[in-house]
Amino acid sequence: MPDKRIINLESFWWQIAILVILLILPPILPRFYIYILALIFVTALLAMSLNLVLGHGGMFQFHHAVFYGVGAYTVALMLTKTSLPAWIGFIAGPIVAAGFGLLIGWFCVRLSRLYFGMLQIALGSLVWAVVFRWYDFTGGDDGIHGIPMPSILSSLNGSYYFVLIITVICLIAMYLIFKSPFGGTLRAIRDNPGRCAAVGVNVRRHQLTGIVIASFFGGVAGVLFVVLEHSVFPDLMFWVLSLEICIMCLFGGWFTFMGPVLGAAMIVALRTFVGIYTEYWTLILGVTLMLLIFFLPQGVMGYFQEKFKPRAKAIVERA
Amino acid sequence: MDFLPDIGLATLGTQLLVGLSRAMILFIVAAGMSLILGVLRIPNVAHGSLYMIGAFLAFTVWALFGGGSTGFWLALILAPLGVALVSLIMERGLFCHLYEREHLMLLLFTFALMLVFADLVKLTWGAEYRSVSAPPIFIGSLPVFGLPIPRYNLFLLIIGPLIAIGLWLLMSKTKIGKISRAAAVDREMVGALGINVSWVFAAAFVIGCYLAGLGGALIAPTVSIVLGMDHTMLIEVFLIVVIGGLGNMWGALCGALIFGLTHSFGVLLWPQFAIVFPYAAVVIVLIWRPTGLLKSVW
Repeated sequence: MPDKRIINLESFWWQIAILVILLILPPILPRFYIYILALIFVTALLAMSLNLVLGHGGMFQFHHAVFYGVGAYTVALMLTKTSLPAWIGFIAGPIVAAGFGLLIGWFCVRLSRLYFGMLQIALGSLVWAVVFRWYDFTGGDDGIHGIPMPSILSSLNGSYYFVLIITVICLIAMYLIFKSPFGGTLRAIRDNPGRCAAVGVNVRRHQLTGIVIASFFGGVAGVLFVVLEHSVFPDLMFWVLSLEICIMCLFGGWFTFMGPVLGAAMIVALRTFVGIYTEYWTLILGVTLMLLIFFLPQGVMGYFQEKFKPRAKAIVERA
Repeated sequence: MDFLPDIGLATLGTQLLVGLSRAMILFIVAAGMSLILGVLRIPNVAHGSLYMIGAFLAFTVWALFGGGSTGFWLALILAPLGVALVSLIMERGLFCHLYEREHLMLLLFTFALMLVFADLVKLTWGAEYRSVSAPPIFIGSLPVFGLPIPRYNLFLLIIGPLIAIGLWLLMSKTKIGKISRAAAVDREMVGALGINVSWVFAAAFVIGCYLAGLGGALIAPTVSIVLGMDHTMLIEVFLIVVIGGLGNMWGALCGALIFGLTHSFGVLLWPQFAIVFPYAAVVIVLIWRPTGLLKSVW
C-alpha cells in the first residue's frame, strides 16, 4: 500500500529544522563553506531533476547536462548581450531548457532503453559541439566570465539565500509532481511500459512530459549555477558531467525521492575536501563507486530505507 | 555562402584520403567496442581510457628503445598487448561478477573504471604532452593519383581494412568466433552445450580491448598524447557503434567512415564548425534509422 499522504509529519519537522539551520548558517560559517553549501544545492537540484526521469521514469536520460548547460548559457547570454532586466533571463533560462527538452525528448521517446540514451547523447553532443565552437556567440571553449548580476545577488550571502530558496521551492514542486497521479503513472511506466500502454496510458506523451519537466528543473539549476559562479563554460554540457549526475543519483539511490540530494552532497564534498589533499580525487571517487555498485546497488539512502522498511511495515500491519 | 572557400579537386582528394585514414583509427577502436557490446552487452565507457593507455604505453615503449624505427614497431606490437593484459585483469577481477546486472549499472561501473584509469594514467605518465615520431619510412608524403598523401596516412589506410578482414575471419570462420556469436544470442544454451562461456566472454573482451590499445598505438605518431584524449575518442566511438548497429562490425566500419569523412569535409567547408558535422550526421542517421544502419545483434 503506497503512502498517499502528501506530508509525512515526522520527517516534515526534520526538514523544517534542517531548513532553519541552513538559513541561519551564513553569518556563522566561513565564506568557503557557504560557497560549497550553495554549490551542493545547485548540484542537488540538478541530480533531483535527472532522477525524475532516470529513477522514477526509468528513462536512460544520459545527457541531462545539456539542459543544465542550456539554462546556464541562456541566462548568461541574456545578461551579457541584452539589456533586459535580470529576472527575465532567470525565467528564460529554464524555459529555453524545457524547449530543448521538448525537442530532444520528442526524438528520443520513440526509442527504448539504450537507444533512447544513445540518441540523446548524440543530440546532446551536437548542442555541445555548437556551443564549443561558436566563438562569436557563446565564447567557444573559453565560455563567458564575469557575468553581471543584480546587486542583491553579487554578494556570496545574497546568492546563497537565492540559491537556497529557489532550490527549496523546486524540491517542493518536484515532490508534488512525484506524489501526483502523473508521478505515479511515470513510475508505472518505468515498471511495466507494455501493461501501461495496454490500460490506455499514452506512454510516449507521459515520458515526453517527464523529460520536459526534468529539463525545466535542470535549466533552473543552470541558472542558479550562473548566479553562484558568474560564469559559464562548455564543460557544463559535456557528457562526462552527465554521467557524473547519473552517479549522484546512483550514490543516493534511484528509487528514493531525496537520494540524489545525498549523492550530490557526497560527490561535491568528496571533490572539495579530498581535492584539497590530493589531485587524484577521481581515483577515490571511482573506487568508491565501484564498491558501491558491488555492495550497495540500491544506493546509500535506498539501503537505509530498505533496512528500516521491515519496521515500518510491522507498524502498518499492527494498525 | 560566404564561408565556402575555393575548393580545388586536389584539396578535395587529399581531404578525402585524410578523412579515410582518420576513419580507419576510429574503426579499429569502434570495432573493439562493438565486439564487447555485441558479445558481452557491456557499454564499455572505459574503452576510451584503454585507447589512451595504448597511446601512452606506445610512447613508453618507443622512448625505451631510443625513439627510432625499432621502438615504433615494438610499440605497435607491445602497447596493445599491454592493454590486453590490463583488460584481462579487469574482466577476470571485476566484470565477470557483474554480467547479470542491468546495462545502466554496467555503464556506470565502466564509468567508474574510466575515472580510475584517468587518474592512474596521470599518476604514471604525468599531465604533460607526449609525442611519438613515426619512423623515417613514414615521414613525408607519397603521390597518389598526383596528390601528395602523408605516408603514415597511407599506412593507416592499409592497416584498417586488414583489421576488418581479420576480425571478420575471426568472427565468422573460427570456432571461438562462432561460439562467441552464439553466446551473445543465448548464453545459457551455449553453456548447456558444455562450453565455458565465461572464458569465451573474457576472450571477446580482451580482443575488443586489444583493438582499443591498437588504435591508441596507431594514433600516437599523429597527435600529441595527453590526458583527456579518452573523452573525445569515447564519445565518437560510442556514436559510431550506435549508428552502425550495436555489435555489428561492418556497421562500425560504416559509422567510422561517416564520422571520419563528414569531419574532414567539415574542415573544408566550415573549419570553425568542423566538429559539428559528424554529430549532425549521427543525429540524421539515428532519426532516419534509430537502431543503426546495419542489423544490430541485440
